[in-house]
Amino acid sequence: MLEDTRILIACDRDVVSARQQGRAVALQAGFSVAEATLIATAISELARNIVSYAQQGSVTLKPIQGVNGSGGLTIVATDSGPGIVDLNQALRDGFSSAGGLGLGLPGVRRLMDEFDIVSPAGGGTTVTVTKWRT
Amino acid sequence: MQVPILKQGNVLIATIQAALSDADLLELRSDLVLQVVRFRSAGVIVDVTAMDVMDSFASRTLLEISHMIRLRGAATVIVGIQPEVAFAMVQLGLTLEDIPTALDLEEGLAYLQQKAKSIN
Amino acid sequence: MQRTKGALREAVGDTVRPAVAPPLHEPTSELLRELVAHLRQNRTQLREEWVERIAQAQLLTAMTQEEIFAEATSVYDSYVAALETGTFEALQAYARNLSERIIPRGVETHEVVGIVLLLRDVLARSLFAKYQSDFEKLNRILDAYEPAANRIANTVAVGFVQERERVIRQQQEAIRELSTPVLQVRERLLILPIIGVIDPQRARQLTEQLLRGIRTNRAKVVVIDITGVAAMDATVANHLVQTVEASRLLGATVIVTGLSPEIAQTLVTIGVDLGKMNTVGDLQGGIEQAERLLGYKVGALN
Repeated sequence: MLEDTRILIACDRDVVSARQQGRAVALQAGFSVAEATLIATAISELARNIVSYAQQGSVTLKPIQGVNGSGGLTIVATDSGPGIVDLNQALRDGFSSAGGLGLGLPGVRRLMDEFDIVSPAGGGTTVTVTKWRT
Repeated sequence: MQVPILKQGNVLIATIQAALSDADLLELRSDLVLQVVRFRSAGVIVDVTAMDVMDSFASRTLLEISHMIRLRGAATVIVGIQPEVAFAMVQLGLTLEDIPTALDLEEGLAYLQQKAKSIN
Repeated sequence: MQRTKGALREAVGDTVRPAVAPPLHEPTSELLRELVAHLRQNRTQLREEWVERIAQAQLLTAMTQEEIFAEATSVYDSYVAALETGTFEALQAYARNLSERIIPRGVETHEVVGIVLLLRDVLARSLFAKYQSDFEKLNRILDAYEPAANRIANTVAVGFVQERERVIRQQQEAIRELSTPVLQVRERLLILPIIGVIDPQRARQLTEQLLRGIRTNRAKVVVIDITGVAAMDATVANHLVQTVEASRLLGATVIVTGLSPEIAQTLVTIGVDLGKMNTVGDLQGGIEQAERLLGYKVGALN
């Protein structure tokens, strides 16, 4: 079982580092190139949110095993920034282009199999996403 | 990390490397516009073959590059998007809207040539 | 210690209760330790006995004697280690590993379950033999042994089945890869006829294959024919739209042919502007349109 990898995010270079490491870990965990690209893309979005809105935080890559033995990867992106006031708004979905403003969270949710977000009143945001190998 | 921009006739070719940060992309945006003005280029090719991830920021910046260059009277073509990257992009909802795309540098140049011919 | 307690009781004068002291029970961990020691001590002959029983039961016939012996040794040691440590991760990993080796040889589930149960049996019998004079001790040892032995049998069986399922999935995937028709009919022109029921996983696979095909064949036009698709739910319809968009990112134009009214309706429902999608009634028409786009045919472009 692979170990967790924690990447500190404080500047936009770290976003690059996070997605590159994410891609590498995904490949190591047995994901296909296509799947690893999806994962790296999701990490890029999440890491950038941290830099843009919270200045700093971390992204942790956790290789996991499912109940039926299938492998997967969980990514936890967390920061202690101002947090998200209106979670529903942030998660509003639509299949139109996500090129506009916003956190890109609906897009990240589409890329991954499981998605969870916590942003308590006191501040801070933690997004946890998981992708399973097919 | 600066993105190298080559001049080939009246076309500029910017070849993006893999580990490009957001700041690098913004730098590319201003560089390209400056060069288009300087050389009065008719077309710009942005080669993203080496890009292993295209996320919302990269996509937005490419759109901006294309619009800014069009304001200068030139056309932009994005070439070399990898199959896996294209797949991830559409899942994320990034379509690069109306920016022309081509398979690779060769196709991109052919496209610009054809466009130039049809204009004249 | 038992004796002392018994003596104490007598001294206290507890005449109501019998003078026999209640037996002190060793903790399960101590029993297991004793058990493990016994299994290690008698490793050679127990393993031999087990291998003999395997042959008698006509299991693992796909393997040679040497292979059976080698694997039996590993299984035996892993079995004992699991009993000793009480943890099963190593055993699970070994079971998967073993399965990976023997599945291609044609070993079946019932054989793997069979040999593990045989080992359990061989070991139980040896415990009977050792503790036959102390019935109560035998019971305690069996009480300690049984749950662990059952868990081991379960772990190995589950590991094998999981590996087998993984192999089957892999084979199915390979078959799907081989049978997916991304056809190159002309230079720069690909056709992807889609037939039958498409689930999201297959849709994803088709998209990936098409995109790779576009790159490999340097296709400029792709005709996706869905005449053979009866119905499409919103998820798969979305995949179709995404395939068209992704193909464009690779510089290819997509023509969709064979769109039934039902599927057209599904697409409209998910918000697709059919006016923007390049559609032609039938495959033949689509190919002709493609050839015109590529400059093979002279004629009006729609």
